[in-house]
Amino acid sequence: MNVRTKRTVNTTIGVILTAIMLFPLYWMINVSLTQPVRLRKDPPDLIPIDPTFDGYARVLQDQLPYLGTSLIVGLGTVALTLALSAPAAFALAKLHPRGGGAVDFVMLIAQMIPGIIMAMGFYLIFFNWGILDSVLGLILADSTLAVPFGVLIFTAFMSGIPEELMSAAKIDGAGAWRSFRSVVLPISRNSVVTVSLFTFLWSWSDFLFASTVNRGVSCSPSRSGSTATSATTRRTGTRSWRRPSSRPSRQPCCSWWRSATSRPASRPVR
Amino acid sequence: MAPTPGATRPAERRAERPAQRSQRLRHQLVAWGFIAPVAIYMIVFYAYPLFRNLDLSFRDYTLASFITGEAPFVGIANYVEVLRSPTFWPALGSTAVFTLGSIAVQFALGLALAVFFYRRFPLSTTLRALFLVPWLLPLLVSASIWAWMLNSDSGVVNAALAVFGISQVNWLTSPQTSMIGVLIANIWIGIPFNLVIMYAGLQNIPDEVYEASSLDGANAWQTFWRITFPMLRPVSAITLLLGLIYTLKVFDIIWIMTRGGPGDSSTTFAIWSYRLGFGGGSPDLSPAAAVGNLLIVIAFVFGIIYIRTQRRTEDEL
Repeated sequence: MNVRTKRTVNTTIGVILTAIMLFPLYWMINVSLTQPVRLRKDPPDLIPIDPTFDGYARVLQDQLPYLGTSLIVGLGTVALTLALSAPAAFALAKLHPRGGGAVDFVMLIAQMIPGIIMAMGFYLIFFNWGILDSVLGLILADSTLAVPFGVLIFTAFMSGIPEELMSAAKIDGAGAWRSFRSVVLPISRNSVVTVSLFTFLWSWSDFLFASTVNRGVSCSPSRSGSTATSATTRRTGTRSWRRPSSRPSRQPCCSWWRSATSRPASRPVR
Repeated sequence: MAPTPGATRPAERRAERPAQRSQRLRHQLVAWGFIAPVAIYMIVFYAYPLFRNLDLSFRDYTLASFITGEAPFVGIANYVEVLRSPTFWPALGSTAVFTLGSIAVQFALGLALAVFFYRRFPLSTTLRALFLVPWLLPLLVSASIWAWMLNSDSGVVNAALAVFGISQVNWLTSPQTSMIGVLIANIWIGIPFNLVIMYAGLQNIPDEVYEASSLDGANAWQTFWRITFPMLRPVSAITLLLGLIYTLKVFDIIWIMTRGGPGDSSTTFAIWSYRLGFGGGSPDLSPAAAVGNLLIVIAFVFGIIYIRTQRRTEDEL
């Protein structure tokens, strides 16, 4: 086999593997465009015959406030994460604080803690503080997903900034804060984008915190109806976006998604 | 706190003037000024919730406690209750199967794909990038897609199997297969991570090593097992550890696909803890906290095993 055929074979295999890997994504789009009556068809249609955009229209109509809440929570989490992690990382990378190694280690360990444990702690704390079911509470909870990650990524990146640049700034009379703001931060644009992107994605897709710190205490319908928040409901947004025909709830009691759908969609964004 | 090594040499330190010392102190204060917000944040939003959770697991926290704010201290009663629960052993088994099954297959597939894409053929970079797309997808969406694809009646997976004459599999609704169903979804989600890390690991192996082995007449199989795989050992270790920690935490995927059921057939510790605390009915926050803390213990045990083996390998070198 000569080099060229070998390459072609490799590319073919690669394309097939990628197609298999991405099939679920295609399937999501296919299903979202399928007419509700065809969804239960067996076998399912491989391509959307007679596609409909009703699902998308309905989501935009019903879920817009929740998508708005998601956006606010996401952006808030990004802002908080950047504000906390970038300065700390700068100090860890460039100012050689005593005990910096310990801080790094804590950030590493923090990522090992299962979300469910944090969720339970937050539930009690937020209950005491009276910020259960609030956008602020959700931003605070979601930020714990990203802050340690942000510190580690920023530290790794800022360590790579040449020491000469820092000395030059110092000679020009810049203090630590000035060097951070005018030298380090502009250079770190790429890592800011990386951290922001991941933070936003995590907060946007967080389900655990939204379904714990943003739900009612008990399961009585009135309670869950009045307290489960838009942030919980926004998950339903994703859900019905993907599945235009909302299928019957299979959950007992007041799950996040039953309570979500049983509530009028016009809840104001807090 | 350990002093930063190499900051000043002893000789210099002895000759240090008070002015210099105060300048160094100021420098430290400035440095910690930058770190202080995050330090306070970590105490309030990491340490404190963890403490509350630990405290919770030693108390009997009931609905009434929300109103009165008091919960009696019960010692290890919650842990005893959890250990004696009929759910404990099945949940431990499920956690082990889910975690080990996920990381073993994810790692094997990720490594195989990394080796494959490392061959550099036309489109290899583009295809490798496309492989990462599922990583960016919200877990909620991924889990929902898979729940839909694995649907018993109208799922595409069963339709595909039917072509080969395999009769309907109740992936998510039968106790025998629900674990396989969630495993498939979780493995799919984990492949990009393993691919990225292992690919980075491959890039760090110097080309000369391969040149030498090809001069010695090693075939592709031998090269992989004698060169590539051993040299990837440090990267593999960290990938497996991170995979383990991430998989132990997995909650969204299982909850969305099966809610841990049917029965307890796909209930891992994370699911069990959530179901006790927030799954409906009256919240059993205290046992839920106990289950959660057991999960932390498991994660830490593996963390320590990792550090131990790491140290041993370093000693060998």
